[in-house]
Amino acid sequence: MTTHTEEMTLNMGPQHPSTHGVFRLKVTVRGETITSAEPIIGYLHRGSEKLAEGLAYSQFIPYTDRLDYMNAMTNNYIYCASVEELMGLEIPERAEYLRILTMELNRVASHLLWWGTFMLDMGAISPFLYAFRDRDHILDRLNEISGARMTFNYMRIGGVKWDAPEGWIDRVKETVELIRENIHDYDTLVTGNEIFQARSKGVGYISKENAVNWGLSGPALRASGVKFDIRKDEPYSIYDRFDFDIPTREEGDVFARYKVRIAEIYESLKIVEQACEQIPDEGEIIHKKGKRLMMIKPPEGEVYKRAEASKGEIGVYLVSNKKKEPYRVKLRRPSFVNVEILEELLIGQPIANLVAIFGSLDVVLGEVDA
Amino acid sequence: MELMPMVLYAGVLLQLILAGVAAAILFERKVIGYMQLRTGPNRHGPWGILQTVADVLKLLIKEDIIPHAADRKVFVLAPIIAFVPSFAILATVSWSENLYAADLNIGVLYFIGLSSVTTLGVLMGGWSSNNKYALLGSMRGVAQMISYEIPLVLSIVGVVILVGSLNLRDIVFFQESIGLWLFIPQFLGFVVYMISAIAELNRSPFDLPEAESELVSGYHTEYSGFRMAFFMLAEYVYAIAISALATTIFFGGWLGPDFLPGEFWFLLKMCFFMFVWFWLRATLPRARVDHLMNFGWKVLIPLALLNIVITSIIKVWMG
Amino acid sequence: MSEHLLNLVKETIQNQHGEEAVEEADMNFEKPFITIWSEHWTHSLAETLRDGDEFRFDFLSCLTGVDYEEHMEVVYNFYSFPHDQYLYLKVKTPRTSPSVISVQPLWKTANWHEREAYDLLGINFSGHPNLKRILLQDEWEGHPLRKDYVTDKKAMGLE
Repeated sequence: MTTHTEEMTLNMGPQHPSTHGVFRLKVTVRGETITSAEPIIGYLHRGSEKLAEGLAYSQFIPYTDRLDYMNAMTNNYIYCASVEELMGLEIPERAEYLRILTMELNRVASHLLWWGTFMLDMGAISPFLYAFRDRDHILDRLNEISGARMTFNYMRIGGVKWDAPEGWIDRVKETVELIRENIHDYDTLVTGNEIFQARSKGVGYISKENAVNWGLSGPALRASGVKFDIRKDEPYSIYDRFDFDIPTREEGDVFARYKVRIAEIYESLKIVEQACEQIPDEGEIIHKKGKRLMMIKPPEGEVYKRAEASKGEIGVYLVSNKKKEPYRVKLRRPSFVNVEILEELLIGQPIANLVAIFGSLDVVLGEVDA
Repeated sequence: MELMPMVLYAGVLLQLILAGVAAAILFERKVIGYMQLRTGPNRHGPWGILQTVADVLKLLIKEDIIPHAADRKVFVLAPIIAFVPSFAILATVSWSENLYAADLNIGVLYFIGLSSVTTLGVLMGGWSSNNKYALLGSMRGVAQMISYEIPLVLSIVGVVILVGSLNLRDIVFFQESIGLWLFIPQFLGFVVYMISAIAELNRSPFDLPEAESELVSGYHTEYSGFRMAFFMLAEYVYAIAISALATTIFFGGWLGPDFLPGEFWFLLKMCFFMFVWFWLRATLPRARVDHLMNFGWKVLIPLALLNIVITSIIKVWMG
Repeated sequence: MSEHLLNLVKETIQNQHGEEAVEEADMNFEKPFITIWSEHWTHSLAETLRDGDEFRFDFLSCLTGVDYEEHMEVVYNFYSFPHDQYLYLKVKTPRTSPSVISVQPLWKTANWHEREAYDLLGINFSGHPNLKRILLQDEWEGHPLRKDYVTDKKAMGLE
């Protein structure tokens, strides 16, 4: 007698505890093994690109906050930077440092949040709360400087909105110290755990060629052995003034992506420390052209500018026709590109690996759906 | 015992167990809370003591929802089948030298045998819900419970060989006579027992049947209100029962210094086991289902068998 | 360096499709920038860009559709890891029936980028294995990022 297992279609999401928002994954399973997977997105689509065409240049900045709401500073930055590139603006020194400080702090916060939620996907509940405790210290610092905890709307075309309050730099230094100590604890709590290693090592392997071909970027790319970080290979802002490494790993599995992100937290903290030392005590924080928010009119032209967000390469393709509103804004969202590979990566995996692999890509749905 | 005292005993025990479950849930939430830099429940009553009461009350007055596509009869029956054996096995537990319901000669066998019936409840619940997650969860649950039943039983066999009785009270008397708690001579068995007990209880890190991040909440996804409460109740009563069994066979039951009654020592030891399970839950990530099966069949069962062999040799050698 | 690359790409395209194939070739913010018409944007050209020794554009960084009212454009932002070089490639296509070949077989990442451009701008990518709407729901009418798209405020519940 031959037996035969019927395939079953399983809809994971849009409402599911570990799809990190409203992501939907249509998988067919044979027993617990996935035979095909189709990511379906768009449940959080807000038409950001369409909205941009009807808003003045500086009015679109708050919308960029809502793309990757875990790492809003870099979104702010890349949009402003692309407009600045078209206009050829020089950014005041102090503003550059404030940008770096906030972006790197935000990157640490984003990685911490990823760490917590990823471990939650893996079934460990405590790391989530530890991560949130530390993330909160950073959010407090960002709150002090920008007035918001998640959607900062801090950067402006030509500089930043607010100068650092009294004693802020010192408090940032303390926060860095604190987090560095705690991250070490996390490492000892989680990274060496047998169950965790058994679940993450060798799981969700992405080869170097595949990672490049699928357009992966950020930690997911670096975990596959491509030593590429836009901060280093194509320094924007003033990243060339800092001394930091690009953590890479060759394994290309979930564990490698985990390790790369943990190592990146240390590197970001290094940058923050150096920026704290180097930042000029006072000075302009915004270019004079940027101060008149509604009067910004870049010359005709188009530019593609990219930066390294915590999830990967975030880019803005901006077309200007010398009007108050941008002609076309295309947002290259790293999560949108990174999540594509799932349909290939999940085939043949058990359901338990699905959440591990999906979690390891660090996807934010606000960014996927724009 | 006569019939009337027996019924009375069961009634009182049920009340106590319900109170115990409420306390256990509170205990768990507090312990995990403090481990996670929180205070845990603290709104209802002093120290959050009434939190579980409020939770149970909420579950009881919730609307009773049976999914349209569910198999009604099986759906309704499942939580009961899951709960009843969990309570029935407590009959053999001897809380102190004098406080017990049944002095069964086959106590261990009764305990282990009856507790497997719950698997049926899990399967019925998962199947009848007509929900894919529930089905996957119940399949995992059944596979896991059946697989881990074996090392659990085998780990106790060592004790049974040593004592020469299946009676739970005799096991304690034996420990009294040799002046040693059995987890020392039976250390290997004890370790196997602890691990398979966690898997048997579906507790973290082996909580695969209700793996929240994968299967929403596994076999009881579609359950709500008091039916859900029954599943939860069964789970916690089992946690208590398995702790009680561990206390009895490995930790000398009610034995302890004389200045406090045996019940106290028994409860204290039980609390220790409960604490260990909560502690593990706050610390470990979830294992994967195939790893779990591999571990059960390829590591735990051989270890348990090895333990039996060693114990038999010692027993024969010692005469 | 970059200008050298610009000339190289220009020559390659001209060799494959004739002198007039290159509409425009310029530097844009120090990066080579080339415009061609969609009939000259072929698989063999794309393959040359990806695998040719001087090019090795293995990373498709971004794919943008733009509606210029008189024509449509698809902009490819290529990056090469081995050579650390950039290329903007603009492909023009008529607005009445915009159609560009799909580069999904060469750069798998193009899959969703192309679906997005199709969804929001209505550009047809011939040869795409699964060209359907991605961000909007399947029954959506029109393509919102086209400049002549009329926002139906009533349907959106704004009026």
